[in-house]
Amino acid sequence: MTREAPQDELARTVREHAGRLAAALVRLIGDFSAAEDLVQDAVVAALERWPVDGIPDRPDAWLFTVARRRGLDVLRREARYREKLDRLQWPVPAEPDERLRLIFTCCHPALPRSAQVALTLRLVCGLTTAQIGRAFLVPEATVAQRITRAKRKIAATAIPYRLPAEADLRSRTAEVLTVVYLMLNEGYLSTGGEVASQRLVDDAEWLAALLHELLPDEPEVAGLLALIRLHRARSGGRFGADGGLVRLADQDRSRWDHAAIADAVALLTRAARRHRPGPYQLQAAIVACHAEAARWEDTDWEQIVLLYDLLLHLAPSPVTRLHRAVALRYTAGARAALDELDELAEPLAGYHLLHATRADLLRDLGRPDEARTADARALRLTQNPAEQAVLHDRLRWT
Amino acid sequence: MKYVLLFVDTEQFHADLQALTPDDRARAFAKVDEWMAEHRRVIRGGNKLQDPDTATTVRLDGPEPIVTDGPFVEGKEVVSGYLEIEVADLDEALAMVRTWPGCPVVEIRPLES
Repeated sequence: MTREAPQDELARTVREHAGRLAAALVRLIGDFSAAEDLVQDAVVAALERWPVDGIPDRPDAWLFTVARRRGLDVLRREARYREKLDRLQWPVPAEPDERLRLIFTCCHPALPRSAQVALTLRLVCGLTTAQIGRAFLVPEATVAQRITRAKRKIAATAIPYRLPAEADLRSRTAEVLTVVYLMLNEGYLSTGGEVASQRLVDDAEWLAALLHELLPDEPEVAGLLALIRLHRARSGGRFGADGGLVRLADQDRSRWDHAAIADAVALLTRAARRHRPGPYQLQAAIVACHAEAARWEDTDWEQIVLLYDLLLHLAPSPVTRLHRAVALRYTAGARAALDELDELAEPLAGYHLLHATRADLLRDLGRPDEARTADARALRLTQNPAEQAVLHDRLRWT
Repeated sequence: MKYVLLFVDTEQFHADLQALTPDDRARAFAKVDEWMAEHRRVIRGGNKLQDPDTATTVRLDGPEPIVTDGPFVEGKEVVSGYLEIEVADLDEALAMVRTWPGCPVVEIRPLES
């Protein structure tokens, strides 16, 4: 067995433990930013030492020891530090999970959405501000500023570091799920580079799995986890040998991970038994319809349109209507789908997929000139290199 | 932690209140009184403000102080009252504000000390 390179091992350790480390240290010194700085210091120390000394047997414990030692230095300046230190232990007692408190604090509704995302990635997933910036195509300084402002607000307005009260738990969980969903979306349909996007999807899955472990009775948590896993299970067929995006209809379905699909569908089925449907369960069910079809021709479009109707009922949105229109093409025909799109022309004027879908439908209806115009508009509106390539190809060949 | 709750009226709310029958209005006020009674342990002070047309504004950022009639921002939303409260953290303040039966907007601001 080969050992991982120190950097990889460190990245893995940080991802798995940074949240817990920071959470344990918040307990120790009672300050969010300071705790996070301690973890960062320990990571820097690891980057220096591990390549020289080798990776320690317990990398997480090593990081904790270093961070704790530095925490001691901080605490020496404070009174009563011994008493506080006595209460410290590693590993942290499991219940209630410190990371969950951390997630709920990072995703507090009093913080702007962009800050919720940045804080969660930084404090819970252990990404650097540079990595967050790359994933969301914003300058690192902007990310740093968002995080600084959010931390200041957490301190100034006394946003508590604890689990929400029972009465608020569901709405606060929804807030957290939105952040995870944004990470998935950005990672999956990303504008950023490939590595950063992959990392973001990894982190989204990790967070959703953690939430599911901690809140096993929340069907929407399970729904979002299933959605992420279904997307990932099909990622093998999404890109061709040349790195280009392959359309769903043309994907080699033998490259999908069918075992993972079956697991995700089982997870979704268990969630559905609670009879509390929600947008994530429905989206996962739609993706499952595609994932379970052996061939493109076997896709159950009737079922998909029905699921979209339910989804629109719970969470009306023009983007969802657009997706429904795509499915409608296979049950009611291109003409009906195009009519539906016309109604979305205004709210989605700046959305590239509206124009790309229109182009498809117009081509079906034998209107190639209008299709080219629509493709050209779509191309101007997307920043994703893989999607740009598909649109370029279409303009070249049609 | 001390916060000030700034209660904000909208034109619509004002109009709706005027349109109520005297009985209904009395009932609406009674609900506010109930809420106040329920939270009296954390309320440290506060008051209702008179209408914005009673406001006088002094601007000191010019060469000379300028006194004008009216609130410093003319808007559809105006602060109509305030309460100072003392609770453990923002979540407690939020829980309290969520059941506020009066005006449609409440801003929560932490005090410096």
